[in-house]
Formats: sequence, C-alpha cells, structure tokens
Amino acid sequence: MASQPEKTGFSHRTLERNITLLGLCSLVAVAIGGIVEIAPLFWVDSTIEKVEGVRPYTPLELAGRNIYMREGCYVCHSQMVRPFKDEVERYGHYSLAAESMYDHPFQWGSKRTGPDLARVGGRYSDEWHVGHLKNPREAVPESIMPPYAFLAEKPLNAGDMAAHLKALRAVGVPYTDKDIEQANADLVAQATPDADIADLQARYPKSQGRDYDGNPAVVTEMDALVAYLQMLGTLVDFKAGEAQEQPK
Amino acid sequence: MSRYELLRQFADSWALLGMCLLFLGFVGWTFRPGARRHHDEAAQLIFRSDSDD
Amino acid sequence: MPATLAKSGGLFLAMIIALFGMAQAQDTAFAVHMGIMALAALIAALAVMKGADVAGQMGHDESVYDDAPVRWGVIATTFWGVVGLAAGLFIALQLAYPVLNLGLEYTSFGRLRPLHTSAVIFAFGGNALLCTSFFVVQRTCRARLAFPGMARFVFWGYQLFIVLAATGYLLGVTEAKEYAEPEWYVDLWLTVVWVAYLIVFGGTIIKRREPHIYVANWFYLAFIITVAMLHIVNNLSLPVSLAGSKSYSAFAGVQDALTQWWYGHNAVGFFLTAGFLAMMYYFVPKQAERPVYSYRLSIIHFWSLIFLYIWAGPHHLHYTSLPDWAQSLGMVFSVMLWMPSWGGMINGLMTLNGAWEKIRTDPIIRMMVLALAFYGMSTFEGPMMSIKSVNSLSHYTDWTIGHVHSGALGWNGMITFACMYYLAPRLWNRQRLYSLRLINAHFWLATAGIVFYTASMWVAGLTQGLMWREYGADGYLVNSFAETVAAIRPMFLLRAFGGGLYLAGALVFAWNIAMTIAGRIRAEKPMTETPYNPAADRPLPAGNLQPAE
Repeated sequence: MASQPEKTGFSHRTLERNITLLGLCSLVAVAIGGIVEIAPLFWVDSTIEKVEGVRPYTPLELAGRNIYMREGCYVCHSQMVRPFKDEVERYGHYSLAAESMYDHPFQWGSKRTGPDLARVGGRYSDEWHVGHLKNPREAVPESIMPPYAFLAEKPLNAGDMAAHLKALRAVGVPYTDKDIEQANADLVAQATPDADIADLQARYPKSQGRDYDGNPAVVTEMDALVAYLQMLGTLVDFKAGEAQEQPK
Repeated sequence: MSRYELLRQFADSWALLGMCLLFLGFVGWTFRPGARRHHDEAAQLIFRSDSDD
Repeated sequence: MPATLAKSGGLFLAMIIALFGMAQAQDTAFAVHMGIMALAALIAALAVMKGADVAGQMGHDESVYDDAPVRWGVIATTFWGVVGLAAGLFIALQLAYPVLNLGLEYTSFGRLRPLHTSAVIFAFGGNALLCTSFFVVQRTCRARLAFPGMARFVFWGYQLFIVLAATGYLLGVTEAKEYAEPEWYVDLWLTVVWVAYLIVFGGTIIKRREPHIYVANWFYLAFIITVAMLHIVNNLSLPVSLAGSKSYSAFAGVQDALTQWWYGHNAVGFFLTAGFLAMMYYFVPKQAERPVYSYRLSIIHFWSLIFLYIWAGPHHLHYTSLPDWAQSLGMVFSVMLWMPSWGGMINGLMTLNGAWEKIRTDPIIRMMVLALAFYGMSTFEGPMMSIKSVNSLSHYTDWTIGHVHSGALGWNGMITFACMYYLAPRLWNRQRLYSLRLINAHFWLATAGIVFYTASMWVAGLTQGLMWREYGADGYLVNSFAETVAAIRPMFLLRAFGGGLYLAGALVFAWNIAMTIAGRIRAEKPMTETPYNPAADRPLPAGNLQPAE
C-alpha cells in the first residue's frame, strides 16, 4: 500500500483513485467529438437540400434493397460517386446527399471490389442483369463476383410489406396511409406484366412495372433485386455528366 | 443564427482553440516536477507482490 | 439451494420465452436464433442444477484470484483466432477463385466477409480483451473479481453473442452496417452482456486494495464505456416485428453514414486500440520485468488518445456528400492522432530501454516489439491516408484493406499472441510453455505472412487507384472496371499466400497453447547459447566475446 500524504484539493491523483470520476471524465472526453461533429447534421437544412425527384422506395424496390443488404453487396459495391472527373465520367453525376435521404441504412459502401452502383439503373437491360447475377463470368469474363442463381429460384417472401413501410414511416420516411394500405398489392403489381400500375406510378413517380426476371409466372427475389438495381440513380434528372463506360 | 451554424462554429473555430489550450495545460500539469515520485511509484505497482502471477 | 432453484427456474422461463418466440417467428432466421437461445438457456439451467461452479461460489479465499473465466478466455481466444483467420483465408481465396463461392447462398463472399471480420475483431479480439482485463484488473487491484457469477455470465453471454452473430451472417441476417451487422435482438443481448461486463470490471476496481488505479485499467475502462456508447447509438433501429429479424436503422443517408463511421472508426480506436494498449501497458512491462518507460507519458497518452480518436470518423467519408467542414475536421483530428499514437508506441518500446538484449533472447518480447512496430507503422499510415488528397487515391481500393491488416495482424494479432503465451503457463501452473522454439517459428511465419499481405495489398490498391483515373491521349478513360479487376488478381493470390502463412503461424500457436495446457514440455535446445566465461561462471558482457581478464 502506498502511504503518501494525501494532498487536499483536486489533483490528477484524485482522478487516478476514483473510478466513477475516471469513468465520467473518460465519457466526457469521448462524447465531445461525437456531439460536436454529428449533432449539427441533425439540425442542418443545408446538409440535405431538397432535390426534385427523390422519393421513398416502392415496396418491390424496398424488398430488392433488403436482398441487396442480405447478400452483403455493400461489402464490394459502393453507392457514392465522388466529384472527380474520372468517377463522373465512369459512373455519372456525383452523388447528392438528398439521393440517400430515405436510405435506412445508407449503403454508400467503403470498397470497390466491383464498380459503383449509385447510377447503375437503366444502364443495362433486365436480361443482362439476370444473366450477370446468375453467372457473372458469362457476362464479364474478368468478374470475381459470386453467382446468385438461387435468387431466380426463390419466390419473393418479403413478409408483410405494410409492416415494413410502417416501420420506415416511424423513422422518418414519408409514406402515406395509402402507400401502407396498398403495400402488399403494390409489391406484386410492380412485378406483374400488364398490371394496372397507374396509381402506383402516381404515388411513386418514375417507378417502372414489368416482369424483371423473365419468369412472369412467379415474383421471385430476382425480380425484386433487379427492380431495385434498375431504379438506382434514376430519380434525379441530371442534364450533365453522361456516363462514358457503356454496357458491352 | 441557426442552431446548425451555432454548433458548426463551435466545432471548427474558437472551441478548437480553447480545447487545444486546455490540453496543453493538462500536459504541463502532468509533467510538473512534484508528481514524479508518485508516478514512479504507480509504475512499480505491478511488480510489488511476487505471488500475483 | 433456493438460489439455485430460482436461477434454474429463471433460466427455464427464459427457455420457454425463447421457444415461444421461435413459434411466433416471422422468418426462418429468427426461429433458428430463438432456438439457439432456448438451447443456451437449457444448458445453463442444467449446469446450475448439476451444481457446477457457474456462479464461482467455490474458493472464497480472498487471497487467490478468480481465474476460471480467464482460462476459458484463453481457450476461446485461441479457438476463435483460428476460426476467424481460416474464414479470412477462405474469402481471400474466393476473390482469387470465384468458384469457391460454391454457388450456395450461405457460402458467398458477401455473407462470409462479415463472418471473418466479426470473428477476428469481436470473437478473437473480444475474448482476448475479456480475459486479459479480468486477469489484469485482479492483479493491479489485488482483489478477486467482483460478482463472480456475473463474470461467468459475461463470458458465456459473449460466446452466445458470437454464435448468434455468426449464424445470422450465414443466414443473411444483417443490418448492413460494417462491423455492426448483427440485428436488433442480438444487439440488445450484447448490450446486456456489456453492462454486466462494466459492472464486474468496475466493481473489481471499487473493491481494490491498492489506492492507485493502474493505467492499464484506465484504458480498459475507456474501452468498455466508449464501446457501450458507440454500440447503443449506432445500432438504434426499429424492428419491423418483435418476432422477426428485420429492423430499419433510425438514421438515414448522411446522418446514418456519419454515425456509422463514428462507430466504425472508434471500434478501431477503442476496441482494437485502447483495449489492446491496456494489454500493452500491463504485459510488456511484466514480460520485460521493467516498469513502463514513462508513467506520465502514459497519462498524456490516455487522455489525448481517447479525446482525439472520436473525431476521426469522417475521414472514411472524404469527398462524399458529407458536409465539407466535417470532412476537414475529421482529417485534422486524424493527423493529430498520429502524435498520441506514437507517444504510446515509444512508451512501449522504450520500456525495453536497458534490456534490449531481451529481443534476442526472449521470443515473447520479440513478438511484443513486432506488435508495437506495426502499431507505429499503421498509426503513421492511417493519418497519411486520412489526408484528403491521399484518400482520393486510396479510398475504395485494397490499400485500405492492406492498412487494416497491418494493424490487425501486426498489432492486435501479435500483442494478443504474446499475451496468451504469457498467460498460459501461469494460469495452468506450468513450469513454462510447451515450446519456446515454436514461438520463434510462429513469429517468423506471422511476420512473413504480414509482409506478403500488406505489400500485395499496397500494390493492388495503388494499381486500382491509378488505373481507375488513367486517361489516354485521346482524353478518354483508358481502363474499363473489369480490366482493373483482372490486373490485381496476382496480388489477390499473393495476399492469400500471406494469409495462409499467418494462419499456419496461428496453428503453431494453438498447438503450443494446447500442449502447455496438457502439461507437456517439449525437449528442445535452448533458444540462445549465451557466451559465458566458464572460469568465472558468468555470462560475457555483450559485444565482448573474449573472456575478460
């Protein structure tokens, strides 16, 4: 036991001998950075400028996005085009904050083992996507992507989409009552050829309805994933920044 | 001034300077000569007993 | 007896609740997870009823330390280390040979990659932190663990967390936020375990018989508190159904990105740095048998490290849609972070001042020095990569992967192995380790493995970064993306080779630890033939091989 005469008043020694104080001071020290850096973003209007065209996902796109997350696509594909000449020419206009404002969670990614997907929508045909997902090396010989043929075999079992939309509304996505009411019907309608989707398209502008996977009999996970990929980056109308790398 | 600007200014202006000065104060204070004996003793703490490993 | 009855009754109740959750499950994965939880509760209940020492009631002697959870932790660290590294090697090979994805949904790279990262960070690293913190806090406080039953709950509860997270990844249960993939109910479980961990650790410090709280415990405490804060905030999410695995993050877009990388970077800063520095501040002085070089420097090191680290997260989001001022702030703090990091490294290395010959004679010390050297290297590389202009080249490439692994394999891996080598003979009361020469073999396998790994990833990263931005004389981009993938394939093969060497080293380590636990001692020549003067029967001074007159 150290038998040093205890000084009166506060000293670092007091801190070194009091676990509550040590813990509290550590917490304060580590909290400051987070509060100062992160908190402003929650009050800022200029972080996310309202951009014309950005809308919540349709139930089918949302189900596709959930498959994208389930399969861990984000570990190899980013969805964030940086404002550099080469990236803008390769992938299209640089990403705006508003474009991911309804993304719970964000999928910007951190690694490009494969190319950026922020603006992949509309750049390839549905058939190309389905073939590429089933056997990537058939479409791109150099590809090292895993094959996802099983998606075409699995009927889409997304659960109750109304519950999904309700949860998203609770965290801030502006789905209407009608969106929620229609969620399960919307999901099927968007993947069914010749279905009447005028109402869906009125509520979700620029949404596209068709059979995506070449198998009109069943709505599969492939339908949902391709529907999601085909809408990525298509909501905002950018005049400039045409992509240079074109599909083969 | 909006709350955003207020917080933002706190983040990247005078608050930074204040924290740097505070930090330098702490460093100087830790290295004040009077604390040497105490710190040397603390460093030896893990060797004091033989039966502890 | 009533206590046993209440405990096992409570566990049976937990089992029934889990079975009910299983019956109500909205999706298969949730049902599987509830089944695992029910099984865990059943095993725990049976263990309680059999009167096993799950509550640590035996041995009330306050002079003896409570080391059972530490021993389990050493075994768990060794086991998860091998599993996590093997998973890493497998996914590295998948990138070189995509056929290894096997065409199954459960074995594709996208699902196995979180399995690898979580197994090495949270299972291998986490168990190392748990068991060393329980070991160190008892010795430096001269007190038995507070709440022994809770300490056992922390250990087994943490293993359950690992099993739930790992099986979840294979089944596709994920929040899709890197290093925070487990879903909401697994996060809640970890929160319970973590609070118990804080109570056990803090409780032990409170009942200490030593006035001063040793600096290693500060680092452990900051690690526990900060990880709790990061975990809770980043995982705030709303489940779609209380009987389903899916949830949606409370944050979106920019806010979610910054929250995630505030978490992600400080998982590195507090899990893989502060916690492991705690190990360094206890085990390096103990193994070197010298006090830490400067205790005051360690105080400065502590406060500046924990204060600065938390700001550095935005450097993961350079040139994204994150506001510019936040990016700049992240860069400035990341560069400043270089100083406390190197302060800590110098403090660790200089602890050997006056005993440098131990690097030659003591393979454990050599491993610790290598760990500190890699800590220094990666904490120099990190701030450099956080500079925006460097980051514009390095971001999204394998350079980041190389950087992470020089830190993880070099610093976290080597310091953990060294601490396990220190702990095993002491915890099982063995005369010494099974083999010192095998530590040497492990050292060289691991070192060569890291060199292959990081060098190949640097080359791959630079190749990718430069090829992506290469323009031809005609003013058009030269390379398609697919061409850049083909160009770095040889580097992927070299990386897998390096990873294989590192895994081989870890297998040697596991064998050495297992044999030590079994009480075996390998007959082998001593590590060094120290030249000595036979007449005087004493070693010769270093650098003078002639017997002195």
